[in-house]
Amino acid sequence: MTRHTLSVLVEDKPGVLARVAGLFSRRGFNIESLAVGRTEHPDISRMTIVVSVDELPLEQVTKQLNKLVNVIKIVELETAASVQRQLLLVKVRADATVRSQVLETVQLFRAKVVDVSPEAVTVEATGTSEKLDALLRMLEPYGLREIVQSGMVAIGRGARSITATAVR
Amino acid sequence: MTGAQSLVRSLEAVGCEVVFGIPGGTILPAYDPLLDSTKVRHILVRHEQGAGHAATGYAQATGKVGVCMATSGPGATNLVTPLADANMDSVPVVAITGQQSRPLIGTDAFQEADICGITMPITKHNFLVTDAADVPRAIAEAFHLASTGRPGPVLVDIPKDVLQEMTSFSWPPEMRLPGYRPTTRPHGKQVREAAKLIAAARRPVLYVGGGVIKAEASAELLALAESTNIPVVTTLMARGAFPDSHPQHMGMPGMHGSVGAVAAMQKSDLLIALGARFDDRVTGQLNSFAPDAQIVHADIDPAEISKNRRADVPIVGDCKEIISELVDAVRVEKENAATTVDLAPWWAQLDALRETFPLGYDWPEDGTLSPQYAIERIGALTPPDTLFTAGVGQHQMWAAQFIKYESPRTWINSGGLGTMGYAVPAAMGAKAGVPDVQVWAIDGDGCFQMTNQELATCAIEGIPIKVAVINNGNLGMVRQWQTLFYGERYSSTDLGTHKHRIPDFKLLAEAYGCAGLRAESRDEVDAVIQQAMEINDRPVVIDFVVGKDAQVWPMVAAGTGNSEIMAARGIRPLFDEDE
Repeated sequence: MTRHTLSVLVEDKPGVLARVAGLFSRRGFNIESLAVGRTEHPDISRMTIVVSVDELPLEQVTKQLNKLVNVIKIVELETAASVQRQLLLVKVRADATVRSQVLETVQLFRAKVVDVSPEAVTVEATGTSEKLDALLRMLEPYGLREIVQSGMVAIGRGARSITATAVR
Repeated sequence: MTGAQSLVRSLEAVGCEVVFGIPGGTILPAYDPLLDSTKVRHILVRHEQGAGHAATGYAQATGKVGVCMATSGPGATNLVTPLADANMDSVPVVAITGQQSRPLIGTDAFQEADICGITMPITKHNFLVTDAADVPRAIAEAFHLASTGRPGPVLVDIPKDVLQEMTSFSWPPEMRLPGYRPTTRPHGKQVREAAKLIAAARRPVLYVGGGVIKAEASAELLALAESTNIPVVTTLMARGAFPDSHPQHMGMPGMHGSVGAVAAMQKSDLLIALGARFDDRVTGQLNSFAPDAQIVHADIDPAEISKNRRADVPIVGDCKEIISELVDAVRVEKENAATTVDLAPWWAQLDALRETFPLGYDWPEDGTLSPQYAIERIGALTPPDTLFTAGVGQHQMWAAQFIKYESPRTWINSGGLGTMGYAVPAAMGAKAGVPDVQVWAIDGDGCFQMTNQELATCAIEGIPIKVAVINNGNLGMVRQWQTLFYGERYSSTDLGTHKHRIPDFKLLAEAYGCAGLRAESRDEVDAVIQQAMEINDRPVVIDFVVGKDAQVWPMVAAGTGNSEIMAARGIRPLFDEDE
């Protein structure tokens, strides 16, 4: 199974997320990551869905998604031809004895500290899931108190826009 | 006007003639203006499930959108089965449900159910209308979605206070469906590719599904079949799409298909699937299905293509357009071809198979009435345009096998979902749609007891359907599987309709204001059918008391490959020997 990133343009209507999520679960596909947000068009939302499937099931899930009346357009974004980012917030145990080491790791990953207290720092990082995993591995020895991660968002490289042709 | 008046005006404007439904708390506002409508007839059913199947039967018989209406909560949830049924069989149905008033939604109010959430996976689409101004657009979009592309059920949920709200009405409303663009025109290149394969195939088969009936493409199919001399099989959903009397018709494929039809597909080198979906009941074990065949798959739903079996040539589009373009493309292909393929050896093979293994049945050894005979006689004695509905089980298979269908929309059944109890309400809906046609429900005693309350509706509303209850006292198909696969251990399949005669179907019919007839032996069969045909002022129920041990054959046991078809119990045609 390979990982695929789908950009799905949907009408901004109540229940659309439930329709998409329900379709994945009832057809037996696992969503690895899901992010939903607005676009430059007021009536259109964009979902970025990461799913691990083989080529043929991917074709099937794409076709089934296309059948949802509220789904306007689906584009698969290749890793090489797109920018993919996730946001991570992590609370790391960091008292005075280890704080400098933690901050060093944070800088190496070009992450930043967004909150600090005597016992812990909260680190914000963005990147691909691989980069964030690596950061977490490095911070793990200090003690990870709480992790929260967004879904992946992705956009194609170059000047072309997938939303431009979706709106008539 | 009110949202409710706008709803009724919208239904009138969209051409809705009949609504099957039951009023209740939240839909009450809609029923008030419905009383004044001269264009929309409301048929008060006895159970919302009946309304849903009636709408489906109406749609299947007429090709128009069937409409049902129910109140919120239990009224709406009672529509779940018919909506799932219509979704599986791609039937254009619009369901209109009342909903609790907007401020009460989400508070577990009386008779509140999230019917949009509940029906999301079993409808083509659904709407919750939150503004009375949106009512006409919601109705227009619902009918458009239900009837175009791959047809299907659409539910419109309208809160009570939206129905009561004051609004203005204008028609036609602007539809806003930016994500809905069904492909109807086939790709010319794909059609030419298909034509190449068709012209070159030595063992081609036209695998015809229900999409051909929905696309009204029977005439085109006949032209394609006759111009190419390719054998035809019609699935359970496609019975009637191609005349049974036609010499090129090999019958129905699938679990209880004819040996000829199943064998033709297994041995084929090219399956031309038209509006069919490679359902597991047709393919049997998928990896041994039609092992040598290339696949041309034409369907209006791109998601069906290569879903179960990879297509070599996919064609997305409306079957009517695809088939008529195929007729021309194959002709051009044949004119340009250096050699023509002779299908005579293929036909010799198939003819031998159908002569050796014709559809048939044995009379029960215990002297009881043969159910197949009763069904066969109904088919033989009724006029050729008679419309049949069926429930689900043995009687359904026998009705598919032993009644001969010559034209589309004469056979209506629950194919995909397999909904027991479908026959009576579907017949009611069909008869309401085509009142001049004789409509027979072929039902089982198990199925009949699930939905026979609609006989009251039929009797009161003047819908004189005829119901043949093939009464073997048992859940026959389940019993057959218990006989074959569970060592004749009959767990919970005896309904007691024989032993105790509970209920007495003749008396039950009469209690419902219908004529009740009964036949228990061979020589009574023709007489009761004749008698039933002479009664047209009320519905008729015939209790055919038949033996419980009759079985449906041929059969491909669940989970096995189609080459393991059994023509009858213990008789397995050996496909490989006659090569």
